[in-house]
Amino acid sequence: MNIYMDYQATTPCDKRVVDEMLPYFTEKFGNPHSGHGMGLEANDAVDDSRRKIADLVKANDPREVIFTSGATESNNLAIRGAVHYYKSERKKIITSTIEHKCVLETCRSLQSEGYQVVFAPVLSNGIVDMDFLKKEIDDNTILVSIMSVNNEIGTIQPIKEISKLCREHGVLFHTDAAQAVGTIEVDAGDVDLMSVSGHKIYGPKGVGALYVRIKPRIRLTPLFFGGGQERGIRSGTLPVPLCVGLGKACEIAKNEMVQESRRLTDMKNYFIDKILSRLEKVYLNGDRERRIPGCLNFSFEGVEGESVMLGMPEVCISSGSACTSASLEPSYVLKAISIREDLAHCSLRIGLGRFTTFEEVEYVSDKIIETVTRLRNMSPLW
Amino acid sequence: MKYSEKLMELYSNPKNVGSLDEKDKNVGTSVVGAPSCGDVIKLQIKVDDEGKIADAKFKTFGCGAAIASSALITDWVQGKTLDEAKKIKNQDVAEYLSLPPVKAHCSVLAEEAIEKAIENYLSKKGEEICKK
Repeated sequence: MNIYMDYQATTPCDKRVVDEMLPYFTEKFGNPHSGHGMGLEANDAVDDSRRKIADLVKANDPREVIFTSGATESNNLAIRGAVHYYKSERKKIITSTIEHKCVLETCRSLQSEGYQVVFAPVLSNGIVDMDFLKKEIDDNTILVSIMSVNNEIGTIQPIKEISKLCREHGVLFHTDAAQAVGTIEVDAGDVDLMSVSGHKIYGPKGVGALYVRIKPRIRLTPLFFGGGQERGIRSGTLPVPLCVGLGKACEIAKNEMVQESRRLTDMKNYFIDKILSRLEKVYLNGDRERRIPGCLNFSFEGVEGESVMLGMPEVCISSGSACTSASLEPSYVLKAISIREDLAHCSLRIGLGRFTTFEEVEYVSDKIIETVTRLRNMSPLW
Repeated sequence: MKYSEKLMELYSNPKNVGSLDEKDKNVGTSVVGAPSCGDVIKLQIKVDDEGKIADAKFKTFGCGAAIASSALITDWVQGKTLDEAKKIKNQDVAEYLSLPPVKAHCSVLAEEAIEKAIENYLSKKGEEICKK
């Protein structure tokens, strides 16, 4: 028996998504770039999906949605593509210390190309330091890239506020919205570039999208070259079944978001209240209110995260402890919110999602309480 | 992390968890590791009149491998003389538990804990002799 509570790592494909995809593997297999009937049929399916994605992110025009292989590619394309295109004008990039690795590493690689990169700190509640952003943004800044929702602690960043700041300075604004799209309301109107992931929203792995504003037109230098598909921004034959899956996932998310958000919020609050009332010295990482409903991150003083996970192998969750990472470094996100160093090792992330039941919440919270108590009894720090 | 069955058994049902009286002149205590590194082992041995380890206890903050390494080494030293106990090497622990290479430091920490506990016991004994 497995209980899956790691919805920020990935989500299962919704069966409705799979059903929608299947015909495009076999009978409707046409190349959407072919001019014949089967090509047109595939192209219609892709355009239909593009519209559904545009609807969810509130894009004005479906052509603003560019299909990619996932959020990693979208983030690489957005940041590298914009910076390379506009490099003659400006040289500075601003991002935050808690971005996903694919944003941080893209920025670091640009740093080695000679661009100036500024990593904005976050406050202890996991929200980016706006005063710092205001001080750093200037006429030399090409791009600001700040995630909509953090993947480890679930905190929601002040996108509208950052958007306003960027517009005042004529700076491009990209947001990695992989954890936000389909979970909370997002608005492409606030940004110039927005990254979307398929497998975080009950769609397939291997597909994502990048919203690229048309009015005023944002130009990007492509990452690779070929047939000039996707407005010349992203060459390569589109994976039609995956595009269809992403579209369907967005459609479902849009229709069910309000109700689902309420359900998850109830479960989240129950979970937090139960853990905090039954165990001493537990800390919720990240702002309690300004977070998505499905992401919980606790530090349990005196017990190391991996050892807790090991005590309940049927429960699939994750930890920011060094012991669960190949690098043996604790989570840089928890470091960035300045929690005590030992508490980073004591952290667990619990992700609730569409298929989480209340019974599972009860089971897992009981199991955590039991395991943490057992391990604290054998901890020299307790 | 995929662990061996032996390791999982020691993690799930560890023997020798607990503490001995730190003030007892026959008890040697060590605390190795650091909370900020994610591993702390507190290990204690009690030495009998014949110079053999009559009891060993531990408390560990750390991952499954650290807990299992502490449980194993406190088991292995029981009944051994101090010289015999010192001969237990981290490689023996790592091998017995089939520790993945990234977890080798857990066995190193366990070895260090035994060494320091013996040192602590001997320095107590030394002081006692000086007082006489």
